[in-house]
Amino acid sequence: MKRSVLLATLGGAVLAGGMASAATLDEVKARDVLNCGVNTGLAGFAAPDANGNWQGFDVAVCKALAAAVLGDATKVKYVPTTGQTRFTALSSGEVDVLARNSTWSFQRDTDLKLDFVATNYYDGQGFMVPRALGVTSATELDGATVCIQTGTTTELNLADWFRANNITYQPVNIDSNAEGEQQYLAGACDAYTTDASGLAATRAAFANPDDHIILPEIISKEPLAIAVRHGDNEWGDIVRWTFFALVAAEDYGITSANLEEQAANSQNPEVQRLLGKTDDLGAMIGLDADWAKRAIAASGNYGEIFNATIGEATPIKLNRGLNAQWTQGGLMYAPPFR
Amino acid sequence: MSEIHAETVGYTRNTMLPPQPPPQRQSGAILWLRENLLSGPLNILLTILGIAVVWYLVSGVWPWLANSVWRADGLQECRAIITARAGEGTTGACWAVIRERWWQFTFGFYPRALYWRPVAAFGLLFVAIAPILFADERRIRRVVLGVAAVLTLLAMWAVNAPDGWLVAVAAVMVGGLVLSERRPSALLAFSGFYPVLAYWLLWGGSLWQPLMVLAGFFVGWGIYRLVGRGAPILRMVAAVLAVVAWWLWLGPLVAQTLAAALPLAIAAVTSDTFGGFLLSITIGVTAISMSLPLGIILALARRSDLPLVKMLAVTFIEFIRGVPLIALLFVASLLLNYFLPPGTSFDIILRVIIMVTLFAAAYMAEVIRGGLAALPRGQYEAADALGLDYWKAQRLIILPQALKVSIPGIVGTFIGIFKDTTLVTFVGLYDPLKSTADSVRASIAWKGTYWEPYIFTGAIFFILCFAMSRYSMYLETRLKRGDSH
Repeated sequence: MKRSVLLATLGGAVLAGGMASAATLDEVKARDVLNCGVNTGLAGFAAPDANGNWQGFDVAVCKALAAAVLGDATKVKYVPTTGQTRFTALSSGEVDVLARNSTWSFQRDTDLKLDFVATNYYDGQGFMVPRALGVTSATELDGATVCIQTGTTTELNLADWFRANNITYQPVNIDSNAEGEQQYLAGACDAYTTDASGLAATRAAFANPDDHIILPEIISKEPLAIAVRHGDNEWGDIVRWTFFALVAAEDYGITSANLEEQAANSQNPEVQRLLGKTDDLGAMIGLDADWAKRAIAASGNYGEIFNATIGEATPIKLNRGLNAQWTQGGLMYAPPFR
Repeated sequence: MSEIHAETVGYTRNTMLPPQPPPQRQSGAILWLRENLLSGPLNILLTILGIAVVWYLVSGVWPWLANSVWRADGLQECRAIITARAGEGTTGACWAVIRERWWQFTFGFYPRALYWRPVAAFGLLFVAIAPILFADERRIRRVVLGVAAVLTLLAMWAVNAPDGWLVAVAAVMVGGLVLSERRPSALLAFSGFYPVLAYWLLWGGSLWQPLMVLAGFFVGWGIYRLVGRGAPILRMVAAVLAVVAWWLWLGPLVAQTLAAALPLAIAAVTSDTFGGFLLSITIGVTAISMSLPLGIILALARRSDLPLVKMLAVTFIEFIRGVPLIALLFVASLLLNYFLPPGTSFDIILRVIIMVTLFAAAYMAEVIRGGLAALPRGQYEAADALGLDYWKAQRLIILPQALKVSIPGIVGTFIGIFKDTTLVTFVGLYDPLKSTADSVRASIAWKGTYWEPYIFTGAIFFILCFAMSRYSMYLETRLKRGDSH
């Protein structure tokens, strides 16, 4: 009996190896639900409400993708992943796509055998200090105690940056964002450092946000990107172009409100191709002609998603910054749909 | 003699003085204070320091507790209420977060309309364990079952359980109460059936599937009895093979056939909706109740004379004890996925339960082995002298004594395992302590709350663990009472 189990396991492993490159698209369609890896909870980006309905900036990507592939934005199974389990969950096939504020880095892209298909949020590491400290630039933080989350890229960035600027700091190690806020507010550290988006969200939740300032220096590049497994390029294309469809929609002024009207009447050939009126781009990636239309209908175009989840109208109050369209001085630039 | 004495010693009193109360300073609270707190310079100093520490803590925490807010829609509103009530710059506890996310802390994302199912499963748990925990204490059983029945039905009613189910659960609980009064041993049958019922209530689907799993044990037992002759080990192998065959092939077929005839299915609930205390208690109770029998078997195996059995047991125990629980959880959540063919979604909670159970069993085995080793050799020899075979000797003489010796260790392991269930947060499950609290904090309304979820979760865990601890003390006293007869 033991042996048969062993054999079955081995057989399974071989099978798994063979099928890992099999089409994710077919699997998702057969399953009729998209397994989307998300954060276990990050304000504005991905968080379940009291009823378990997921919302947020990253979650909107999952919804758009499910709408494009399965025709229904609700056909998503959100798999909450921690910092430790996220990449393994993706490479082991537990999730089909990872939209979990993960920084696109060389090592992750190559050594971990992931494909980062598109950056959905350009972030960077910043500092927050109490206004009373009288510091206006991070270069004045010589000798400061800094609250820093262990085991993240921010920890390494911090060490690099202080060394490069030839100043010293004392790290106060923390485990989670909630603990960091608490330590910082209790005065255990002079400055709190994490991604600028996280700092803004944290500051917004303080009792007196105005007592704290976010310093202007951004000391690292954190392109938070959507990741898929290495080796299934067709699936990677679908994810990439679904995201680009959202970006392009904003570029061309297609919103969830005027989507139908644009699809019917737009004279712009690019819009016609995007929304499937001409050329049938969907067929080239194994989907139908309306895929992009459904993706945009799910939660609106990139700008709408941004404004609804983390933008200036929300309590998190992030401005578009680098995430504005290229025409507005940002980095959001969808390649042409043709 | 006394008369002579009385005459010669005229001043001797012949009446007893009535006893006087001790001097005021030698009695009551003052004596206690003097003896315990102020008995010497060092103790006086320590007392003052102790009072200072307590004062410091209370004066720090009290205003925060006194300003508690129970009704608010978000942290900002909480703060506004506290400021309005107690003035600028004051802090206060915002229990409104617990109030608003109460269901999430309790059930995770379990479908709201089906909350009554975990509630019923939890209530029926008491019917299942009462005859085991309080085997010959009818009075305690009556109280436990009565209270459990009332609370369960009230809770089910509060979460809008369908009337039919309310009646059914009420019938089972009353039936349990009656059986417990008349024939407690018959109630053990329900205890055996309970895992099937609990699984069915929690996960839903067809009742036939878990029933067929249970039936597997009977199939094994039947085969064991059928293969009347031959070495016990051969019979055992035959039985195990039969059980596996039943579970893998025959059982599902039978389940399908029966389900086609009589569905007996309720709405299925997927594992990813489990969270909060529902998750902790599901994992904890399963691991606790499975680890004891497994631990006993492992402990016996480790002390076995058969080299192969002993070696397997030692390897298993030492391997599991040498690996941190988190590593096992990561294996369950990540590594297994590489080995299983894609598409087989082997339930994550099931995987975690198996790992936690194995982990607990290894520790349990060592605790019980300690109890076995504590028995004097004479007990083993006496069992042999009576002509009992191995299993009878274990069952009638060795284990009852060994388990009694190990009670504190066993319950200690139980409590440890129950608290360890919060570690499932690292594999992305929503434990009440960290994941659920963090996901609540991730909502914009509650971002910035810190202590309240921790205090709340800590309080619930304390209640449950303290109950286990008290039960172990009760059991020890009761068994000690048996000694003095």
